[in-house]
Formats: sequence, structure tokens, C-alpha cells
Amino acid sequence: MDDQKTQMERREFLNTCARKLPEFIMLFAVVGGAEILSAQEEQKYDPSGHNYAMGIDIHKCIGCGRCADACKKENKVPIEPRYFRTWVERYIIPSAGETIVDSPDGGIDGFPEPDKGMDILRTFFVPKLCNHCASPPCVQVCPVGATFISRDGVVLVDEKYCVGCRYCIQACPYGARYLHPVKKVADKCTFCYHRITKGLRPACVEVCPTQARVFGEAGEQSSPLRRFLRFNDVTVLKPSLNTSPKVYYANADGEVR
Amino acid sequence: MGKGALPQQIVPLLILFTAGILGLFVARYFLVPKSFGEYGHYRADAVDEIAASEVSFAGYKACLDCHEDIYDLKQASNHKGLACEVCHGPCAKHVNAPDEFTPPAPRTRDFCILCHGYNLSRPSGFPQIIPELHNPGKVCMTCHNPHNPLLPHPPEDCSACHREIASRKMVSHHATLACIDCHIVPPDHWKDPQTIRAWKPTNREVCGKCHAEDAESPKEIPRIDLNTHGKPYLCWDCHYPHSPEAK
Amino acid sequence: METVILAVIEKLPGVTGYIYPNEYELHWGLLIVLYPYLTGLVAGAFILASLERVFNVKALMPVYRLSLLTALSFLIVAPLPLLAHLGHPERAFEMFLTPHTQSAMAMFGFVYAWYLMVVLLLEIWFDYRANIVTWSKEKKGLIKYIYKILSLGATDISEPAVRFDGKIGKIITIIGIPSAFLLHGYVGFIFGSVKANPWWSSVLIPIVFLFSAIVSGMAMMLLVYMVTTMFRWKQTNMKCVNKLAEFLLYAIIVDFSLELLDFIHRLYESEESINILSEMISNRLFISLIISQIVLGTLIPVISLVMGRFGRFPDEMRRMLYLVAGVLIQVGIFSTRWNIVIGGQLFSKSLRGLTVYKLELMGVEGVFMTMLLLLLPFLALLILTKILPPWNESETDIVLPLKT
Repeated sequence: MDDQKTQMERREFLNTCARKLPEFIMLFAVVGGAEILSAQEEQKYDPSGHNYAMGIDIHKCIGCGRCADACKKENKVPIEPRYFRTWVERYIIPSAGETIVDSPDGGIDGFPEPDKGMDILRTFFVPKLCNHCASPPCVQVCPVGATFISRDGVVLVDEKYCVGCRYCIQACPYGARYLHPVKKVADKCTFCYHRITKGLRPACVEVCPTQARVFGEAGEQSSPLRRFLRFNDVTVLKPSLNTSPKVYYANADGEVR
Repeated sequence: MGKGALPQQIVPLLILFTAGILGLFVARYFLVPKSFGEYGHYRADAVDEIAASEVSFAGYKACLDCHEDIYDLKQASNHKGLACEVCHGPCAKHVNAPDEFTPPAPRTRDFCILCHGYNLSRPSGFPQIIPELHNPGKVCMTCHNPHNPLLPHPPEDCSACHREIASRKMVSHHATLACIDCHIVPPDHWKDPQTIRAWKPTNREVCGKCHAEDAESPKEIPRIDLNTHGKPYLCWDCHYPHSPEAK
Repeated sequence: METVILAVIEKLPGVTGYIYPNEYELHWGLLIVLYPYLTGLVAGAFILASLERVFNVKALMPVYRLSLLTALSFLIVAPLPLLAHLGHPERAFEMFLTPHTQSAMAMFGFVYAWYLMVVLLLEIWFDYRANIVTWSKEKKGLIKYIYKILSLGATDISEPAVRFDGKIGKIITIIGIPSAFLLHGYVGFIFGSVKANPWWSSVLIPIVFLFSAIVSGMAMMLLVYMVTTMFRWKQTNMKCVNKLAEFLLYAIIVDFSLELLDFIHRLYESEESINILSEMISNRLFISLIISQIVLGTLIPVISLVMGRFGRFPDEMRRMLYLVAGVLIQVGIFSTRWNIVIGGQLFSKSLRGLTVYKLELMGVEGVFMTMLLLLLPFLALLILTKILPPWNESETDIVLPLKT
């Protein structure tokens, strides 16, 4: 009868299935695993999708120096008072006479009172750092290719390749570079590259109490920097040198150099 | 020169130069790092090396996971823009091993004074105190909760936030003038200063209350003809009201 | 959290006004002052040699070979201050393996290699080859084998072969003149192309470097010739030194005019940097610029040379005047290098302040090291003159390079 035939067929079918089952499991495992892996690959950081820049609002900076302090801690910058990846300057414009600028220990411990009795017209703080220029003069002069602009717009130094000739330090118009006293290679702000590639913000941006520093994309993606650039009249430092800096200052006074 | 064959001098020179240039290329093959030139004139591996550095500051999100209550309190207060790690220092170690590393919490006056001590260069409207006058010696935390620093009552004086203006006014001809003599200040201005704004004078008659020819004010106050003096400008287009440059 | 000390923050010693925090330390110090001085001497000595070879100034014959050897001595010592200055000298070869073609410093490595290999060494070899072959046959002992190696196996010294030597030598010298210009002009370009530095960034800097190099090289040859002649108890060829002094005078006049032009141009245009630069000259560079470079290094030597060349003096007096001029010019050109290299770093790029250069005595960047590096070329010259005597009274008769 059909019953027996069907039963035989069913048994054979189940046998075949049972035999083939390990193969199926392996197939699913491989395909499924591949899909999971590729999902992980997608989450891996892709530099070509980014072009980092920073905005600084002078009207918000209170000169507390927390940015300079956090930078030194995050990046293990030498503590001696002469090496800074970022620092804060104070400008005092008196009613009569020359503008006075100071940056005691980079502003890390705040600023002392200005001289009493001075008739001050304007005064403000200006945080400074490497501008990660789009046409960096420091990259142009490096003889060996140890400093370069990465695919995501960050100017970096390869400390294993740098010969320590210091040409880049001479070529930087903004005083952003220094020679690391121990490693004897050029060093400077990296936009906390090790942080931004993990989705964190640079340390100086993270700790700024008044959000005077804004970090984000210079391109078309939506980011805090995009809003900053839309709603502020921005300037850059030393534009006549045509370095195309990517640190944009809002409300910066003409006396700022 | 002999025709045909190379002169005898040229041969060893050619050999030496060719050997030298070939040597340079051989050296290049062995000595130049393999990843050099992949994305540009630099060692591509350097980018990954730099990106692999240790992180010290954990970022605000990391604190939020465990300390949500403090975070919420802070976010509803005037310190909402202040990252936890500004005061508590780098916390990445604490996030990775919470019981082994305890982030410090600054409890001295000096620390709060870093931001809130009076400094003329700070932007106007930022709350500042003069340390020698404001409860000298007392630790800030005694009255102000760092995660919600605003006190339940309004500040005694406008100078709590407008210290710079107060300092200038205090040594000027307008020293005896109170802020509210010219400005109308809503009672909740101190709670949300950017939204609940104080009123600034908009017409000459405000200054005219004291400085007009027919004003009822002490005789020493300089008088001007309100209808003609300095027209078409308003008073503060030339005179800085908080420190009028009158000689 | 560390306790914040709101105490008095000590002012940096020596700093006036405002400098960027990273600018306190000067990065290019005495060693980098020394380096353009040495390469300048190379270019100058070579130009002098080429005056005889290419422009047929016969009076300079006695210094021809000596100039080539002097140039070589200074050229082989020139990279030493650079190597000593690098943070990682063991990686210096990277400049040849992966040179960044946009970088003047990287390309200079190849200009230097070209000049050393193709111009100087080849010219010396072709000029001396006939002598070397003869010496390799006549001398005894170790030196015989050195000559054998130096001859590179090209032992044919028949008439046509020697004529070929002369012809090639002339071609090399002709190529060598622009190469010498390139050698030291490039060093000037390394500074002149730095737009961040208003003291350096100028079209004139490569040209000024070049002409001051010619001045220093010629003055050095004047000194070397007179001193070596004196030590060998031979009579100085007065026609030669008079001609040398003449060319030196022309070179100084051109050089000084160029520097004056730069100065007047800066003052006239009065760009933003003029205030801090004026302050720097009067407060930091007064002695090295006004006293050392201009008065001691230019004005007095010019007077001395004019008197020596055109005045009616006995020969001993002339030689003394030339000696004084030669020494003072060295001081002056060294000061020029100092003023450019150190001067460019004494003012802040904020254009608001000045710093100081702390000269060390010991250490790699110290005075003693510099003095050693200044002595080394003369040591090298001594050895070279022993192996390849440039003197006219040599044992073999081949004295003059053959004309083509």
C-alpha cells in the first residue's frame, strides 16, 4: 500500500536529512559567521569617510586652562613648562599702547590678574593648537615623509620614522610643534586621533566647561561643527599664508596672531 | 677620442656609478618599510600605531552608564555643560576597573576658583566671585552642590555674574548708581539668564532722569540739553554707561 | 586632582614680550650655523677654481688644484654638523631612501651627492689622473697601492688620453659652476622658502647665500694659499694673490650690495614684521650684525683689500693686508650665517616677543664641538695634499692641466 511506500520514502527522506544535517549546520555556520564578520568589518573605522576640523568660540572661553591640562594628561605630553600641544593665550588691549599677550605655562593653571590701574579696552582668551591645515607647510618640508596628512584630514607624525631635523617646527607658522625632549622626534596635537577613531571627542573638547571648543566634520555630514560654521562669522589664523587651517575661530579679534 | 670603443677612463667610472645607483635601489627594497607609500608619502602603519594609543579620559557617556542619578541632576543644573572628568580627572581606568581606581574629587577652594575666580578677561555674564571677599577660607562645597551649584535663593548682587561690569562701575562716576536704577530685571533672571533677559535702556530719557537740564537730581551731576546733545546718537553710542568717560 | 597653585608664575628668563609657549627653545643652533658656512666655502673655492679653468684667468693657476682640494675637504666635513644635530642620526639614510620630493632638505641630499660625486670627485680625478698613474708606478710602499686603487685601472697616459682628460675636465667644470651655485643656493632656498618666518622668507636669501659663499670661499683660498706657501718656505706668487684679491673685492661689493638691497627693501615696504625685526636687530643682534658682520666683516676688509691691491706698498705689507682681510671676512661670513640662522629664531612668530639663544660650551651643540668641526677640514686638507700634492714643484713634471 501507499502507507508502506510513503513510510519508506519518509524514512529515506529523514535519513538523508540526518546524514546531510551536519553539512547544513556547517553551511549555516559559515554563511552566518561570514555575515557577522562582515557586520563587524562595517563597524571598523573607515578614514576616508571623515574630514575633521575644529571650531573655537572666543566669546565662550573663560581661560580656565582645563583643555591644556587634559591634553597633557591624555597624550602624555612632557610636564616641563615648555611643551604644549594646546595652550591658552590672553590678550589685553589697553586704551592706549601696545596689545599685551601672555600665556603663563600655557594657561594650565589659569591666569594671574592683569596689572592694576591699566585702562583696559578689551580682553579675552584665545585657545590655540595645531590647525591641521589642509595645505600644511610642515608636511611640505618634511624630508623623509614622517609627517603627513591622513585620509581623514588629521596631520600626524610618525615617531618611528622622524629623524628629528626640526624643519617642520621651523615651517609651522603657528608654533604648534615642538621636539619631544625624550623621544627626540617632532610632536604636536593629533586631534586625539586615538580617541576620534573610536567615536570619542578630543580630550580638550571633552573637558571644556563652556563648550568653547567644537569638534566635527568639515565636510557635508551633520555635526556640531557644521552648525558652528553656519551660524558664526569665522576666521582662521594667518590666512595670508594660505595654509588653509581647519581650526575656525568665531568672534576672534583682529589683534589675534 | 678614439672612435668606436669607450675611452679607458670612462669604463671604471660607468661601472662605479651604475653599481652605486643599483645599490641604492637594492637598499630601498630592503630598508624601506613595507607599508610606506600605501596612502601617500608616509608609512601607512603609523596611522594604526597612533590610533592604538591608550585613552585616559573616558568621555561623558561612560559615566552615565553607572552614575545616571548624578548625571541627571547635573544635566538639570547650571553645570550641565561641565563634563564629569573636568573635576574628577581622567576616568578611563575607573571605567575599566571600577573598584580598583577611584577618581579623585576636588574638595579645595582653589579648584573652583580656577573657573569662577574673578578674571577681567572672562566673558561677561559668566558667574565669578572675588575669592578674598566671598566667604574667604570656606570650602565651596559647603554651600554649593557641585552637581547642582545654584543656590535656592537669588544672588545678593548683580556682580555675582556681572563682576566685570561691577568692577568698572565701582570706580567710576556711576559708583553710587544701582544696576536696577537703569535696568529692569525680572525676578527669575538669575535662574535662566539667557532666556529671561533683563531690560536695557532704549531711549535718552533714561539717562535724562539725571542728566537733563530740568532733571531733579543732585547739582554735581553734569547736565546736557537732551534735545540737541549728540543727536542723532543715543547716549551709550558714545558714553560707556558703566564707566562714563567724563573728564 | 592636584592642588592648583595660583602663585606668581615665574617669567622665562631672557624672554621679552610674548612668544608662543613652544618657541622658548631654539631648534637650529650653532651646528646649523656652521653648516652653511662650510658648504659656502666649498662653493666659493670651486668658483675660484673654475675662474682659472673655464674663464682662463691664468694668474690664478697656482691655486687651481689647491682650491679643488680645499673644496673637497670642506665638502666631506659638511654633513657632520647635520648628522650631529639630528634627533635620530641613525635614521638619516631615510632621506635617500624615501625622499619627499616637495622638501628642499630632501632634494638637497641629492644635490650634495651630485656635487660630490659627479662634479668635485670627477674633476679632481680627471685632473690628477695622469699624475696618479705616474706616481703609482714610481712610488714605493703603501702609497703605491693607494695610487693604484685611485687610478681605477685607467692607466693609459698617452697624449690622446691625457687630452681627453683635459677636455672632460673642462666640461665638468662648466657643469660644475651651476652645480656650485645650486649647492649653496639650495641651502639658501631651504631657509628662503619658509613662509612662516619673515626673516628668512625672501627671494633674495638664496642669492645672498650664494654670493656670501663666494666671498668666504675666495677669502679662504687667499688664506690657505698664503699660509701653506709660508709653511713650505716658498715664495708667494704675488700675481696670483693680487688677482685673487681683485676678484674677492668684486665679490664683496656684489654681496654687500645685495644685503643692502634686502635691508632697504624691508625698511621701505615696512611690512607687519618690521617692528619686531628692528627690535631684534637692536637688542639681540647688534654685536653680531653691526659690529661683526658689517664693520669687521665687510667694511674693514674692503678697505684692507683696496689698500693691499691698489695701494703702493711693499709685498710683505700687501700680504699682511690680505691676511687681515681674509681672516676678518671669515669672521664676517660666519656672523652672516649666525644672524640668519639664529636671528630667524630669536623673534616669535607671534611678532610680539624675543627670546635668547643659550650658547653651550660642551655637548654636541657646544662651542668645543664647533671648533673641532672647523679644524677637521684643515686636517682633511693636510691629508689630501699629502696624497695628491697640488704644488707646482712636484717631483713629476706634469704640472699644468693640459689645454684641449
